[in-house]
Amino acid sequence: MNEFVFLYRGGETGRSPERAQQMMQKWMAWFKDLAEKGHVKDRGQPLERTGKLVNGTRKTVTDGPFAEAKDVVGGFTLILAKDLDEAADLSKGCPILEVDGQVEVRPVMKLNM
Amino acid sequence: MELSEHLFRHEAGRMVATLTRIFGVHNLALAEDVVQDAFCRALEIWKFRGVPENPSAWLMTTAKNRALDVVRRERTARTFAPELTRQLESEWTLAHTVEEQFGAAAIKDDELRMMFSCCSPRLSEEGQVALILHILCGFSVDEIAGAFVSSHAAIEKRITRSKKVLADSKKLFDVSGCEDFSRRLPAVQRALYLLFNEGYHGASPEAAVRSELCHESIRLTSLLLQNPLGAKPSTYALAALMSLNAARLPARVVAGNLTALADQDRSQFDQRLAEQGQRLLEEAASGPELTDYHLEAAIAWAHTSAQRSEDTDWATIVSLYDKLMAIRPSPIVALNRAIAVAQREGPQRGLEEIRAIQDVKRLETYPFFHAALGEFEIRRGHLQDARHHFDAALSLARNPMERNFFEQRIRSCK
Repeated sequence: MNEFVFLYRGGETGRSPERAQQMMQKWMAWFKDLAEKGHVKDRGQPLERTGKLVNGTRKTVTDGPFAEAKDVVGGFTLILAKDLDEAADLSKGCPILEVDGQVEVRPVMKLNM
Repeated sequence: MELSEHLFRHEAGRMVATLTRIFGVHNLALAEDVVQDAFCRALEIWKFRGVPENPSAWLMTTAKNRALDVVRRERTARTFAPELTRQLESEWTLAHTVEEQFGAAAIKDDELRMMFSCCSPRLSEEGQVALILHILCGFSVDEIAGAFVSSHAAIEKRITRSKKVLADSKKLFDVSGCEDFSRRLPAVQRALYLLFNEGYHGASPEAAVRSELCHESIRLTSLLLQNPLGAKPSTYALAALMSLNAARLPARVVAGNLTALADQDRSQFDQRLAEQGQRLLEEAASGPELTDYHLEAAIAWAHTSAQRSEDTDWATIVSLYDKLMAIRPSPIVALNRAIAVAQREGPQRGLEEIRAIQDVKRLETYPFFHAALGEFEIRRGHLQDARHHFDAALSLARNPMERNFFEQRIRSCK
């Protein structure tokens, strides 16, 4: 098994509590399914949408956000899969895709040379 | 940890009510933003870390902390609830005051306060109902439009206008004043009654939506019953009529289709609701007061308690309609009475009763008036006439569900 990172970008929460709850339930079901099949190495962490950006040799510090809302990474998960194709397939069940969001699938580099 | 059904919607109502109590009714929009924010945070964090042991408490704490931030940040620029201004201004009392407002008993009062505020005489009845659904039950504009089979634009306009009236009212309704409470109570009961009817008789073909509206009105009425000033026999009667009718809902609308009373599968009745309704009806009889809610509840009980359709005690139902006509006469009540008379004494008598209805003209645009005439004619064996009546009903049908129902009746005339 190889390791991959899912980066979640964008995704509307919706204006209605009922929709938000349905979204929550979909995420729970998706993670549960992935975990049962042994694909979740680390469920990961949510990230605040704001922060600081530190730049260059002058180390200038500016306030985030750094991109448009739809491009901001909202969290990540560490996934186990056979190869990149399987990892990409697994990401297709992510509920964020239903609400205008994206999953970026990136292989974790291997240490062996 | 699983989320209980509609948890977010119910918590949204509680949070908005409490935040509005702290921020003041003129800052209703700010309260709604804070709630929205709390849900966004919940969603982002729970996704990765799982749902906490007590999701309601988590949401409330998040809303409380956000409220403290907002007050600290904006207390020089904004005014908050006038009766709390002094406590919110000083750092010595701020945290304690906000904490107190988020206590369980205080939140219940806040929901009641909001319910009474939504039933201001400055709002139309439909405005009151929409506002209750939106603010206290957490329905979005789209969800209300779906439930009422109305356009998004129409509902949005109604809610925006009603919210403005509410925000301009300067102060939330004071639920501790005995006299004011009693004076506003009938309007609140009426709004909850209309909300229930929207679920029971309304246009939505979706069984889930209908039962949600019914259950929301039952939930809010029980909130009213938990308050000593709200627990009047009339409120018990209202709760009884809701429970007894809601008990029959699973048999009334099956797979998006209306089922006539005589054809309903009584084994589908919700026994728990029926028993709850019976208990409430007994509570309602504790005083001399006899309201239209008492009579409607008693009629619902007569229907719900009949084992089979042919066991229905029509004589009692007719006499209850007689009393209802005395308290709250209307052409629709008269029509229902005529239908009950026809059940007891035959279709000929039903037709006579209908002819005797004052302002029967006002029923001309009501599809079920024509449908009632159609049923009488079927029973008299005049299928041709029955068909004409059902055709008239069909042309007046207000939604696909009614249309299907009348088409099915037309087919049975052949």
